[in-house]
Amino acid sequence: MAKVKGEIVINIERCKGCVLCVAACNEQVIAMSKEVNGKGYHYAETVNENCTGCTNCAVLCPDGVITVYRVKI
Amino acid sequence: MSENITKESIIKEENCVYKRTNLLVDKALSYCPGCGHGTAHRLLMEVLEEMNIQSETIGIAPVGCAVLAYEFLDIDMQQAAHGRAPAVATAVKRLMPEKFVFTYQGDGDLAAIGTAETIHACNRGENITIIFINNGIYGMTGGQMAPTTLPGMKSSTSPYGREVETMGNPLKMTELVAQLPGTYYVTRQSVHTPGNVRKAKKALRKAMENQKLNKGLSFVEIVSNCNSGWKMTPVQSNKWMEENMFPFYPLGDIKVPVE
Repeated sequence: MAKVKGEIVINIERCKGCVLCVAACNEQVIAMSKEVNGKGYHYAETVNENCTGCTNCAVLCPDGVITVYRVKI
Repeated sequence: MSENITKESIIKEENCVYKRTNLLVDKALSYCPGCGHGTAHRLLMEVLEEMNIQSETIGIAPVGCAVLAYEFLDIDMQQAAHGRAPAVATAVKRLMPEKFVFTYQGDGDLAAIGTAETIHACNRGENITIIFINNGIYGMTGGQMAPTTLPGMKSSTSPYGREVETMGNPLKMTELVAQLPGTYYVTRQSVHTPGNVRKAKKALRKAMENQKLNKGLSFVEIVSNCNSGWKMTPVQSNKWMEENMFPFYPLGDIKVPVE
């Protein structure tokens, strides 16, 4: 079982809704929102608790809107 | 024990494993959603931050989508005339040899109007780093055909696809400069998957460290997407890039220093 637990924080006003992070996540943690942000983009949001803090979404995000936190459990 | 872990207990400064580097100005990037430029900017700034050379680095911005790079990168920047970034970089480096100097250019800038400057800077072996973002078209002006456009690839000025008979062959700048004696390290990377992003960062780090050794020019090509110009979604454009760009522009080191 996973020995780490992660959490991501998305700066939704800076997200441009490119969906690259959704494709990069192995745990299907990220999905696009139904709502739009101030610029009219459907932003990325977390939909489950399976994040392992692997940072794949954050290193791929072209706008660097994702901050990743990770703890050992 | 794991039940006690709450979201709030994870989101703390000491648990942070990745955040946007402070060397990128806190401003929204002007690039299209999903564009590789944003990733390349961030990687470069992360490398400078890790090497702790942000105050000793001078970047040369091109003409093209990245013309406003100086708005986003929190380092000393100089904007050059179209294609002339390697010439400007040469002057900056010769006047201030202790500084780290890089140019950041697209394919229209480096491989079309700036071919002469690029080839001669590489041939002279100027001790600079050239970062070449290759997306196969002129992105900023509306997706026109560039020297790097693939055979058969559609663009706004080759709507039926590039015909090699009338429009010529695509130019492989990276292979070209690798043959010149002045280049020290020549590589081709991409930023479309997390693994490739990490590899590209290592290449950029190596390219900047080569300047310390005074060995010659480091040339890093980053094959990137232009989803707006290619008329695709970002995810589709990355897939298209893998299937079409990489067979013609294979990733990997082309010239590595002999130890």
